[in-house]
Amino acid sequence: MALLLLLLLPVAGAAVLGVIGAHRRAPEVNALFSLGTFLAACALTAQVIRHGTVLLGDEQFFIDPFNVFLVALTAFVGMTTALFSRPYMRVELDHGRLSPGRLRLYHSMYQLFMFTMLLALTTNNMGLMWVAMEGATLSTVLLVTLYRTPGSLEAGWKYFILCGVGIAQALFGTILLYVAAGKVLGAQGMTALLWTHLDAVKAQLEPTVLALAFVFLLMGYGTKVGLVPLHSWLPDAHAEGPTPISAVLSGLLLNVALYAVVRSKVLVQGALHSQLPAQMLMGFGLLSVVLASLLLWRQRDIKRLFAYSSIEHMGIATFAFGMGGAIATFAALLHMTVHSLTKSSIFFTAGHAAQKAGSQAIEQIRGLITLSPTVGWGLMLGSLAILGVPPFGVFTSEFLILTTAMREQPWATPILLAALAVAFAAILSKVQPMVFGETTVRRLPHPPALLPVFAHLAIVLLLGVYIPPYLAEWYRAAAHLIGGP
Amino acid sequence: MTHLPLDQQLLDSCAALLLLLSFAMLSQRRIVTLVNLYAVQGAVLAAATLLLAWRTGEDHLYLSAALTLALKVAFLPWLLHRLIRRLEVYWDTEPLLNVSGTMLAGLVIVVFAFALAQPITRLASTATRSAVGIAVSVVLLAFLMMITRRKAMSQVVGFLSMENGVFFGAMSASYGMPMVVELGVALDVLVAVLVLGVFFFQIRERFESLDLHHLESLKEHE
Repeated sequence: MALLLLLLLPVAGAAVLGVIGAHRRAPEVNALFSLGTFLAACALTAQVIRHGTVLLGDEQFFIDPFNVFLVALTAFVGMTTALFSRPYMRVELDHGRLSPGRLRLYHSMYQLFMFTMLLALTTNNMGLMWVAMEGATLSTVLLVTLYRTPGSLEAGWKYFILCGVGIAQALFGTILLYVAAGKVLGAQGMTALLWTHLDAVKAQLEPTVLALAFVFLLMGYGTKVGLVPLHSWLPDAHAEGPTPISAVLSGLLLNVALYAVVRSKVLVQGALHSQLPAQMLMGFGLLSVVLASLLLWRQRDIKRLFAYSSIEHMGIATFAFGMGGAIATFAALLHMTVHSLTKSSIFFTAGHAAQKAGSQAIEQIRGLITLSPTVGWGLMLGSLAILGVPPFGVFTSEFLILTTAMREQPWATPILLAALAVAFAAILSKVQPMVFGETTVRRLPHPPALLPVFAHLAIVLLLGVYIPPYLAEWYRAAAHLIGGP
Repeated sequence: MTHLPLDQQLLDSCAALLLLLSFAMLSQRRIVTLVNLYAVQGAVLAAATLLLAWRTGEDHLYLSAALTLALKVAFLPWLLHRLIRRLEVYWDTEPLLNVSGTMLAGLVIVVFAFALAQPITRLASTATRSAVGIAVSVVLLAFLMMITRRKAMSQVVGFLSMENGVFFGAMSASYGMPMVVELGVALDVLVAVLVLGVFFFQIRERFESLDLHHLESLKEHE
């Protein structure tokens, strides 16, 4: 029931907003639908906490501790982003960057995007997961090009083609999985793509074909995670689209894509008895961390800066999933959570800051703190949090990942530490003048939405200081599911 | 030398035709012809699916063949032709690599694809498993086409042809995917082309051309 609501509410929202999305009160309707989705996600979470893993709808849907926490996170960030987008999109409308028709498209597609991500997370069918991931790209392409500027069109085109090609590789990987499973589970069964069934027989699956399948799946979904060298769509799409979309792309889509990679890795690792998938994840993860932190120095656009930071953090999580084991997997899950919350809150403040300065160029944004202390401090605190300054939650997860790396993969530790230091210096040196100093910004007619920013940062702070026991238990159960004991 | 049954021979010829069509698309610069080649590729694919359905008695393959016929032979080519007329893009410019170079690269790719398909061929139990190599070749050749072309429209045809290859791979290795997935994939392809249609008009409204060299300003060192 909760699942049905969770999936139907965004679809209904998309339909309703497709009609009234240009209305004066549409942003509130959008937020209400997102709130409903979040409540449904809470109900679903309660159900899983009480009864454990559930299979629903003829085994087509499957909720375990691993995906239910991502469902809750997705619905939560979806709701706060809808709250943020209320004043943000009104200002864009006032500035004439948008027409009411495009606002309707925006609201409707926003809900559809939430639907595709929730479907990708909850489905048990690897094929449906693919369909939902492709749907997530399609629903956001026209949002990236919402402003119709040359830059946004280029970004949209890149996003479409790169993710399209990537996702075609993933489809091929899914087919290989199906072929290998057909041998064991019966070729024509509907069950041969169900993750739970595959998981049960993974030791019997043909290793060579699964290794090949994993390469294709990693290429495909890895493009969406933004793993280097498949990342080039990511900064463009983040910088050129409207800020609420940057926030959900960075905070949610990357997580969902990484979720797909990890689900595939569990199967392949079980079939292979070798370290190939783990090594590939570690390699791509490390490459992303290093390259992204170097590229941070060259950024002149505030949203591009934080887009590269997302690549870096996804790299860290991917590396941790590659290391495997209980602690690293626990840390990777925690990292996905705190990164998603922190990064979306940064995009909220960056969006407000860019609107106040009338430009996304870092050089044009100066002295936020004099005119708007809350936005200024929000950006500063968010940046410190994402850089792993204690006591924020990112520190906890990065600390756990680094200490595990010291023990398991000592060669990687200095590389990771150096990359983190470079990223620290790069981001801090760029954020500091934006927040302090002489001001260039002006006041806007609609007050900024600060509740989402500080709610996210408060949760990240809380997770850094104290992880509630049931949450720790939850992460541990999830880590057990995907990382072994 | 053993004699293959007639239907097997027909299926193999379909596979060979698909590969030939891929090469034809690779060398074709006239966009209208490119779309026609894509439609023919779809028709061959539908024929192969139909043959396979008749041979194996799998009901869902009939449906799948009908879907291919409706979507890839009729609707998408019609939509693309309409777009071409409305946008007046008839020729692609000189590709990044000249035709003979592209063809040579294509040959290397086919050899590589067959090597890649070896383990899959060994595992699959279908009668058509030998065609998996061809399916992988079609995918990679389409990929090559996307890399070497400049016009948005040719890249899209490349993308669609890649999807054809993946689909043919699924068919020859495991007699297709479960119906839900196949329907989902078809829906995604359909929506993708519709989104692209909208997108092309946006590009043209802005640049008055569909040449992708306009879309190269977001570089790192601005």
